[in-house]
Amino acid sequence: MSTRAGDEQLDELERALGRRRQEHGPDEDAAAGAARRLSARVAAEGLADISFGPVDSPFGTMLAAATNKGLVRLAFPEEDVDGVLAGLSRRISPRIIEAPASFDPLRRELDEYFEGRRQAFKLPQDWQLIRAFQRRVLGVTYAIPYGAVSSYGEVAADAGSPRGSRAAGNALGSNPIPIVIPCHRVLRSGGVLGGYGGGPERKRYLLNLEGFF
Amino acid sequence: MSESTSTPVRSGPRSTTVAGGAREGLPPFQRFLDAHRECVWRFLVSSVGPTEADDCFQETFIAALRAYPRLRKNSNLRAWVLTIAHRKALDAHRARKRRALPVEDVAAVDTRSAGSPHTPDEGLWSAVRELPERQRSAVTLRYMADLPHREIAQAIGCSEDAARRSLHEGLTKLRKAVSA
Repeated sequence: MSTRAGDEQLDELERALGRRRQEHGPDEDAAAGAARRLSARVAAEGLADISFGPVDSPFGTMLAAATNKGLVRLAFPEEDVDGVLAGLSRRISPRIIEAPASFDPLRRELDEYFEGRRQAFKLPQDWQLIRAFQRRVLGVTYAIPYGAVSSYGEVAADAGSPRGSRAAGNALGSNPIPIVIPCHRVLRSGGVLGGYGGGPERKRYLLNLEGFF
Repeated sequence: MSESTSTPVRSGPRSTTVAGGAREGLPPFQRFLDAHRECVWRFLVSSVGPTEADDCFQETFIAALRAYPRLRKNSNLRAWVLTIAHRKALDAHRARKRRALPVEDVAAVDTRSAGSPHTPDEGLWSAVRELPERQRSAVTLRYMADLPHREIAQAIGCSEDAARRSLHEGLTKLRKAVSA
């Protein structure tokens, strides 16, 4: 039953045939180059459902992902890249390709924002990961102007759920596009900072940047 | 206090409850490409030669991308993508025959454009490319992609016994060719 029955000993020919596979180098590099050309072509021709790539921020390198409608996900540096991609694969489509160059417009807007030269993001967004109550909460949050803040209670009320401040907090905490959807502008009542993805010091940093403090 | 401390996807309550869909287990396409690009490349470069390998590689993974979301979650991804690569290699061989170039010329071009440090074995691989279709596929899948007989059979679309036989016949023919 052994799969190698009948040819137990490798002869010179089989060793020669196997040799190239065991060598590392040229084929590996050529395969990596071919794969890069493929990713670039898939991105250029719009054949994938989701593209992703790294973007810089003062918090470290973030992961951005976009559908053909726009930015669908922005993940903080400490989030596990494979975990984020697996989530997108499950919830939207497994046709996910790496396309760093396609995020240049986002990089430009983020750079301008972090340098204090931009107050609103203009790039297209895709809110398909945001459903139901969370969509209402983030919709209200999106309308909070640069330099202003609101509270969980106010946001919940504006979203049509006056007693839902805890639920509003959860909705904000799982914001798939932080920074661009400014959940950092929502504080606890009494002006207490409240939580934020990756820690409240980031929230303070962003509010400082926007001149709130 | 804890209401908004969670990071968006990892601990968001909805993302953990939504998990478990039908697509669980199918990796993002980019990860699938990263994992299998090398065995596909090795198979193609030895099956169709370095000049045409890149075209076949692109066609293989474009076809895979199109069909990818319909794949069953427990599929053997390596055997599946090599099945596609195998078909693309056959197309390339048949197209080359239709162009009616003398076989010797094609082999010579392939060897020159390889330009790699493999030259001692390059004659051997040229001989592999001269084998009949099924033998050529069996030999390249076995020695370049390191597939077991079962997956060779799957990629070619034949029984495991037939795959074993083709491999054996291919090796016999190669022994004659290299000792000639």
